[in-house]
Amino acid sequence: MSIRSLILSGVLAATTAMPAFAQTEIQWWHAMTGANNEVVDTLAKEFNDSQDDYEIVPVFKGTYPETLNAGIAAFRAKQTPGIIQVFDVGTGVMMGAEGAVKPVAEVLEAAGEKFDKSKYLPGIVAYYSKPDGTMLSFPYNSSSPILYFNKDIFEKAGIDTASPPKTWQEVFETARKIKESGAADCGYTSTWLTWIHLENFAAWNDVPYGTEENGLAGTDVKLELNAPIFVEHFKELASLAKDGVFRYGGRTSEAKQLFLSGECAMLTESSGGLGDVVKSGINYGIGQLPYDANAEGAPQNTIPGGASLWVFGGKSDEEYKGIGEFFKFLSQTDVQQRLHEKSGYLPVTEAAYEATKKSGFYEKNPGRETPITQMMGKQPTENSKGVRLPNLPQIRDIENEQFEALLAGKQDAQTTMDNIVKLGNEAIAEAQ
Amino acid sequence: MQKAVFPNRVLPYLLLAPQVAITIVFFYWPASQALYQSMLKEDPFGLKSKFVGLQNFTQVLGNPDYLNSVRVTVVFSVSTAVLAMALALFLATAAEKVVRGKGFYRTMLIWPYAVAPAVAGLLFLFMFNPSMGTFAYLLRDAGYRWNPLLDGDQAMLLVVVAAAWKQISYNFLFFVAALQSVPRSLIEAAAIDGASSTKRFWTIVFPLIAPTTFFLLVVNTVYAFFDTFGIIDAVTGGGPAQATQTLVYKVYNDGFVNLDLGGSAAQSVILMAIVIALTAIQFRYVEKRVHYA
Repeated sequence: MSIRSLILSGVLAATTAMPAFAQTEIQWWHAMTGANNEVVDTLAKEFNDSQDDYEIVPVFKGTYPETLNAGIAAFRAKQTPGIIQVFDVGTGVMMGAEGAVKPVAEVLEAAGEKFDKSKYLPGIVAYYSKPDGTMLSFPYNSSSPILYFNKDIFEKAGIDTASPPKTWQEVFETARKIKESGAADCGYTSTWLTWIHLENFAAWNDVPYGTEENGLAGTDVKLELNAPIFVEHFKELASLAKDGVFRYGGRTSEAKQLFLSGECAMLTESSGGLGDVVKSGINYGIGQLPYDANAEGAPQNTIPGGASLWVFGGKSDEEYKGIGEFFKFLSQTDVQQRLHEKSGYLPVTEAAYEATKKSGFYEKNPGRETPITQMMGKQPTENSKGVRLPNLPQIRDIENEQFEALLAGKQDAQTTMDNIVKLGNEAIAEAQ
Repeated sequence: MQKAVFPNRVLPYLLLAPQVAITIVFFYWPASQALYQSMLKEDPFGLKSKFVGLQNFTQVLGNPDYLNSVRVTVVFSVSTAVLAMALALFLATAAEKVVRGKGFYRTMLIWPYAVAPAVAGLLFLFMFNPSMGTFAYLLRDAGYRWNPLLDGDQAMLLVVVAAAWKQISYNFLFFVAALQSVPRSLIEAAAIDGASSTKRFWTIVFPLIAPTTFFLLVVNTVYAFFDTFGIIDAVTGGGPAQATQTLVYKVYNDGFVNLDLGGSAAQSVILMAIVIALTAIQFRYVEKRVHYA
């Protein structure tokens, strides 16, 4: 796969990039591939060209979990990079590592910047802050899941492309219609079932994922994923899978390929996947994340996914100053605006969001504001601030295994959700 | 036997030293670290750790997932070893019969061995992945429900075939050499006595190449146990629903994805014990039945 070759090229880039003179080199470990990897390289290059004191060296470290592991291993070997990109579910792990990381608010101060929380989008900042409000990591790429659909297939099946399905019920019905009409072999697929169909499903429909405000208020969390609304949802999904209307692509973003190749008519995927969708050249449309028609108060708000940049502790003042400068560079309105327009990730500052609005970008690109409005539209409730568990990666693993058993027809939806709750609760108790 | 006496008492130790140093650094030291880690409960960053004795072991052994992983490993290893050896033996006997272009066929058959496990895995992934695989499309067009992402048996089949494919060349090489060492005169004598070629193979050739078969059995089992991580990681990632999660893969997954270092270390210690036991059994009992010419 391209990942291996990317690792190689990343390593090469890291070893061959020689600083011209006495610059402070700062390594930036990341997990971006494809179009998003190009953005990382461009940003580093622009920052390096803009001044002479620091050099940011991006190093590709594999998938999100692989990057997190590389960081942990580096910490244990006392060979940490300056900056590491950690995905949303790794946030709990990093927060638990007090002393290993330096809060971003302090890093910005090292670069002579007064950290002002109100400059950043509240939903995103809240997710990456301690309960007392200190921002711990820099939100680099925040995304929220949206619905992509293939306009050509919709037209072939005689479905209106101007009003994409809004509820899950409509998505499932449309998917069946498409399969029956023969316009596509597969009606619907989804990346990241755990993130989209559980974490965001709960927030968007304003139902609890677990106790203790989904883990934001305390670590002694009990999962509540076997409530009827989840069971019904997965029962329907399993039935679609049985009929070949829904196709499972894998645990992370593999299913995107099924959409890009034109096999599946609809896809739920991170807004950050937009770069690849645009690159593929298919005639696509965007809708907001579907919600459950039976949920009261839905749609509520989605929760941010993606990743943030963490800074390791124990570095020199010079390095912190450089990292602070780089974060200042990243926060610039024009950089954020470009990042947002190019990659589909959300702008992290209010100013960048306003600037994008003013530029008329959203009028020209309908649907591109969707991931922001669906996250920012309403004041978050205790069900929709986010999910934070000390071992969320492990919980997702359990959920994925159960989903695979369900979609293969080995067990029913009730058993699946009961198992997730039982095994998940055991794992959470163990990780205390 | 004459006792060899070296005039220099230090030199032999000096000559041995590099080998001993390598063994200590790359085997004993990590092994002792694993042993130590297996009795600790620790957060991923190693900031807080607590001695818990054998608690990690009781937890691992009482976990149904672990027992499932044992079953998966047995099925995977036996299938891979049997498939790789049977096909290699078949190809080797066939290659023996070829009169013209023997060298060419042999070279072609040895090639796959140069492929790294992860690359072999990716080759099969590209051929059979339901989202992008060429063969996956063909199978689906033929009306076969091919989906190793959800069907555990299909996923197992896929990793077994990929793992065996890579090992066939190695086995082939050894079988060819073994077949060449079988004395012509024995086979010719049997032919004169009227034994059919099948009979000649099973009563003369097969017993005579038994030492090689035994050697390959050991090598293939070890290979299936330890060297197939790359294939499993690339093709199935242990899924679906743990259907291809071998013991080695579980050590990696629990330690490096789920960040449970104590549990993962306990598993690797158990694995170490299993391998020591397996090797001992193979050499003590199975080897006795092997006829060395």
